[in-house]
Amino acid sequence: MKRETIRSPRAGRPGIAWALPAVLFFFLFAAAPMGIVGYLSFTDWDGLSDPSWTGLDNWSRLWNDDGMRNAIWLSLLLTALSWLTQTPVVLLLGVWAAGRQRNRAVLSAIFFLPLLASSVALALLWRTIFDPNLGLAADIADWFDLDNADLLGSSTGAFAAILFVSGWQFAPFHMLIYQGGARQIPQSLYDAASIDGAGTVRQFFHVTLPQLRNTIVTSTVLMVVGALTYFDVVLILTRGGPGDATAIVPYLMYETGFRAFDLGYASAVAAALVIVATGTSLLLVRLTGFNRMRSTREGM
Amino acid sequence: MRSPNLRPRLRVLAVSAACAVAATTLAACGSDGPGGSSDRLEVWVYQDGSTTIQEDFVERFNETSDIQVNLTQIPGENYQDRMRTAMGSPNAPDIFFNWGGGSIADFVEEDMLIDLTDTLADDPEFGDAFIPSILDAGAIDGRHYGVPMRGVQPVILFYNQTLFDEAGVEPPASLDDLFSLVDTFVERDITPAVLAGADPWTELMWLEYLLDRQGGAEIFDRIRNGDSSAWGEPAVLAAAQNAVDLVEAGAFGNNFRSVSYTTDGASTFFAQGEAAMHLMGSWEFANQLSNQPEFAESDLAWATFPAIEGGTGDPAALVGNPTNYWSVNANVEGEKLDAAVEFLKLHASEDYASALIANGDIPTTANAESLLDEAPTPEYARFQYEMVRNAPSFTLSWDQALPADQSTPMIDNIEKLFSGQLSAEQFVEAMLNL
Repeated sequence: MKRETIRSPRAGRPGIAWALPAVLFFFLFAAAPMGIVGYLSFTDWDGLSDPSWTGLDNWSRLWNDDGMRNAIWLSLLLTALSWLTQTPVVLLLGVWAAGRQRNRAVLSAIFFLPLLASSVALALLWRTIFDPNLGLAADIADWFDLDNADLLGSSTGAFAAILFVSGWQFAPFHMLIYQGGARQIPQSLYDAASIDGAGTVRQFFHVTLPQLRNTIVTSTVLMVVGALTYFDVVLILTRGGPGDATAIVPYLMYETGFRAFDLGYASAVAAALVIVATGTSLLLVRLTGFNRMRSTREGM
Repeated sequence: MRSPNLRPRLRVLAVSAACAVAATTLAACGSDGPGGSSDRLEVWVYQDGSTTIQEDFVERFNETSDIQVNLTQIPGENYQDRMRTAMGSPNAPDIFFNWGGGSIADFVEEDMLIDLTDTLADDPEFGDAFIPSILDAGAIDGRHYGVPMRGVQPVILFYNQTLFDEAGVEPPASLDDLFSLVDTFVERDITPAVLAGADPWTELMWLEYLLDRQGGAEIFDRIRNGDSSAWGEPAVLAAAQNAVDLVEAGAFGNNFRSVSYTTDGASTFFAQGEAAMHLMGSWEFANQLSNQPEFAESDLAWATFPAIEGGTGDPAALVGNPTNYWSVNANVEGEKLDAAVEFLKLHASEDYASALIANGDIPTTANAESLLDEAPTPEYARFQYEMVRNAPSFTLSWDQALPADQSTPMIDNIEKLFSGQLSAEQFVEAMLNL
């Protein structure tokens, strides 16, 4: 009789009450703030007095703002370059880490370290490393006989620094995703491939890569949304500078909201970011067919 | 063995857990603000090397007071953001550290602060204890909303005595001297003046003095009081041009934009004898004394910022932070307000002044002069004290004096000016268009 209780259809699906804490949290800390931000984006608010309704003023300002255009361009550039530079590296690292080589566990643990430290600590660390007189950057510039190590002082240098640090910081996370994905590929596929005479490289391109298709989509969506909302390292490492060379959308939002206290306009920037990031990830999921979740292991 | 009763019971548990979560979250949003039932005074202070004094005096105050002071130290450079955000919420502090002027102007406009003018005037022991110009520097429209609570922090031209001796030169008396010093040190392969361009407020210090010497303190005074057309004064253009010329002459080396002050990049470079000068707030001395004591004792020297030929500014005028202030939230009332005033009065006492002196600070109380000999470096203390006493004006740092919506783009423009993205003319235009 007890077994029947467990087997009944209801037993497999927990009651709706189980979802309540998560739903409440979602409404309190995600949906409600988002709604408030949406409302604030139609107001002028300095954070102290009451918001005053200004209709579409913020939105038309957003449309014509050169700073915002620059920020969108930089955000898109950061997103695209992050994906292009990180994916090959983490894919290879992840597949490698899924193997059974000697020292693999030790090296994987070392690679994993950046993910364990707080972003702020990492950004401060890199700021010290990039110091042109005292940091590691100064030594490297010496080795290559460069004039100076003014990396953070040049527009491209500062942008490259952000790209590098963000890649370095999140590589272990994506490596872990690929490691998990690669571990799930049945050994029999490799056995069959080697019987057919495929070497390591062909096995990688014809077995591993196709099998990792859904993993690639997962990692890509996370990378894209992550890069679009990247913020903390920019704040500490470059502060959007030099000039506005690294002022990506989330940083612009912060500067408008919590430095200039123009919270109405900052809300419009934030709302635009939510729309763009949500739209991008939906588009990615749709384009890649991820939403249909077809099994990549047909016939297995 | 699983009991059939398990699931319903778990459901009840889940519902009650969810309710508990919701209840606490909602409660946290709504209550426990100042002036509420809490009988403690929440005091917020910017965390730095002088915070130990606040800890001591809060402890001392709590020994005798029924209403306890709870000191919260807010670390780092984001103090201003956090304080401002908190002031708009029910969790605002009762008493908080600030820079006076623009840093509290918005609060004053919203009637969020207690006007301390009469409190200071009614008690001579309290009100007359402070140097009047310092008390006034934090005032808004002649009303006092803050009580000085830290030492004076003028911006000083620090230099390396040993490097100056080796080159056979003296600290600059004029801008021309400064330019020839730049050439001298560039030839000797020494960075003439270290500048932490990754923290643009250090660039601001140069521009503040260049404008002050060029056109006097009146120009920024007009800007501060809302007349932004004063950015169009010829002196502003001249100051910006001088800044650009200094950059181009190599005064700051060729990589200053990557140098950071907050991670000690500039101070360490200066202490290593790689740079000859460092324009910085007076706290730099205490900083060097604790981090590089050998350098601070044998090489570190100080001077006032040079005059400019043909400039109308008084060469004795100062820029920087006159001091920091405690302000009181207008929600504090009744017994809590009495306790808050008692707490503020503690900062006019000679004990407090002595504690500041022992920490290497110059107090803003009128009696400070007699205490200067107790300072760790009396020579430096006396220089600073006389500098402040003789200054015809003490201009509050522009980024603190202006309201937040102007100071943020101003700092961006200054950064662009120093990095060559804006010419002096474009800088003036950008400032006029703010």
